[in-house]
Amino acid sequence: MFDTSDHLPPAPGVGYKPQHYSAILADPAPVAWLEIHAENYMGDGGRPLAQLRALAERFPVSVHGVGLSIGGEAPLDADHLARLARLVGWLNPASFSEHLAWSTHGAEFLNDLLPLPYTAATLTRVCEHIDTVQTALGRTMLLENPSSYLAFAQSTWSEPEFLAEIARRTGCGMLLDVNNVFVSATNLGFSPQEYLAAYPLSLVREIHLGGHDTDSDDHGAPLLIDSHGKPVADPVWALLDHVLARTGPRPVLIEWDNDVPDWPILAAEAARAAAALAQVRA
Amino acid sequence: MTTQTDFRSALLDAASPVPSGLTDGAGRPAGRRYAVYRNNVAVSLREALATGFPAIHGLLGETNFAFVAGSYLRAEPPASPLMMHYGAGFPDHLARLPQLAQLAYLPDVARLELALRRAYHAADATPMDPADLAAMEAEALMETRFSLVPAVQLLRSDWPVLDIWRFATLPDQPSPAGGAQDIVVLRPEFDPEPHLLPPGGAAFLTALQRHETLSEALDAAGEAFELAPLLGLLLSNRALAAPCQEATPCFPA
Repeated sequence: MFDTSDHLPPAPGVGYKPQHYSAILADPAPVAWLEIHAENYMGDGGRPLAQLRALAERFPVSVHGVGLSIGGEAPLDADHLARLARLVGWLNPASFSEHLAWSTHGAEFLNDLLPLPYTAATLTRVCEHIDTVQTALGRTMLLENPSSYLAFAQSTWSEPEFLAEIARRTGCGMLLDVNNVFVSATNLGFSPQEYLAAYPLSLVREIHLGGHDTDSDDHGAPLLIDSHGKPVADPVWALLDHVLARTGPRPVLIEWDNDVPDWPILAAEAARAAAALAQVRA
Repeated sequence: MTTQTDFRSALLDAASPVPSGLTDGAGRPAGRRYAVYRNNVAVSLREALATGFPAIHGLLGETNFAFVAGSYLRAEPPASPLMMHYGAGFPDHLARLPQLAQLAYLPDVARLELALRRAYHAADATPMDPADLAAMEAEALMETRFSLVPAVQLLRSDWPVLDIWRFATLPDQPSPAGGAQDIVVLRPEFDPEPHLLPPGGAAFLTALQRHETLSEALDAAGEAFELAPLLGLLLSNRALAAPCQEATPCFPA
C-alpha cells in the first residue's frame, strides 16, 4: 500500500489554529509541521480552505480525523469517508490519523471521543473499520490511544496489547498521545511505564502532547481531564523523555484547542519539545 | 455488557442512572467518572452553538443561552461530524420555545447568523468582471440570466433583523426600531457582510436565483426598484458570477 505517513519530520509540530495564521507565516520557528482536524476543512470553500492551501505549500501537514467513529458499533459513515478521501486526495498530507474511540451513534454525532471495551468482538470490528479507511484512502493510517476516565467490566484485553494487535492485523501505525497515557494511568491506577512496555513503540510515527485539568472522583481519587487548554504538565514532559529514549526522535505535536494562547506561548511549548528531541539526538 | 446504546442512553440526560458495567479501574462503579463524557458532549455542543450564534448568545446572556442551547442539543444532536453545519434547526427551535414567545424576532436573528456561517464556508467562484457588464448592449443585457456566486445568502424578515444583529454584536449601536428588513449576505473575499436591501431588492435577487432574465427580475422587483445601486453593490462585492445562457444553474446544487 502506498504510504506517505513517515514524511512528517521528527521535529515539533502544532495543532493549527486560524488565529495563528499570520504569525506562523511570519516566523514559524521552532515549528516544522502542522496538524489540522479533518472535519474543519470539509466545507466548500472560503477562508479555511484558502489558508490550508497556503500553509500546505510551506509545511508538511498531518490530517487528524475526529469524526470517523472507528470504534463505533455501526459500519463507518460512507459519506463521511468519501469526504475524507476527497480531502486527503486533494491535500496529499504527510500523515492521516484517527482515534480508538467512537462518536457516532445511529444518526447522531456526539462530538466527543467515547470509550469502547477491549474484547474479541471490538477488536474484529475496529480492524474491519481500519481496513476500510486504509482502502478508501489508499494509505496506512495512524491510530491514537484515548484518554480514559473509566473502564469496562467486560474488557478482556489491556489497551496497549489491544493496540499492538490492531497494528499487527491491519498494518496501521501508531500515534502515541503521551498525555493520554498519563491521564489514563492516573485515572485507572496503572503505571504509565508498564503501559509503554507493552505498547508497540516501534510503530510510533507521531507523538501528541497536550495539557490536562485535575478533578477528583467519588472516592476523592484524582481524575485528570484531557482538556487541551493549558501547557503540557511536567510529568508528561518526563514521560516524553522516557518514550523518546526508546523510539528515537519522532514528530512531536503540541495540541492546544481550548483557551488558545497567543502564538509565542504555543511556540514556547514547541521549543520545549525541540529541546526534548535534541536530547535524544545528542 | 455495556453496549453503545447503553452508553448513549444516559449521555444527554444528567438525571438518568449511569449505565452498568462501567468501573473506576479498581472494580468500583464508575459514578461521576461517566459525567466527564456527559460534560464533554454537552459543553462542546453548547460552545459550538455559542460560537455559531454570537448574537443570540449576547441577546439572551450566558444563563438563558445555556438553557436554550441545552434544550436544543438534547432535541437535535448533530446529524454529522461536520460541526460547521450544526445548528441548522436552531432558529425553528427558538421559535418553538414558549419561554421565548415574547422575543419573536430571535429566530430571524439566528437565521441571519446561519446565513453568515453558510456564506463563510460557501464554494469560491470567479466573479463577473464589471467591464464585461459595461460592454453589453442594453437589449442583450435585459435577456441575460445572471448567476449569484454561492456565497450570496438572502433573508427576508418581518423584523428589523439587521439592526438587532448589529445591536447585539457591534459596539455603540442604536436600539433597533420597528419594521421589516430584507438582508443579503455578501462575501467579497473571505469575510461575509450583511447588507440591507431596498424595497424590491429581495424579489429581484430571488428572481436571479431562479435564473430568470434581468428583464423578468426587474418585473418581479416592481416599479419602485432602482437597479443601479443594487447592481453596484453586487459587483463591488464580487457577488455576480459570469452569466449563464440557459435557464439552468451555473453551479451544481
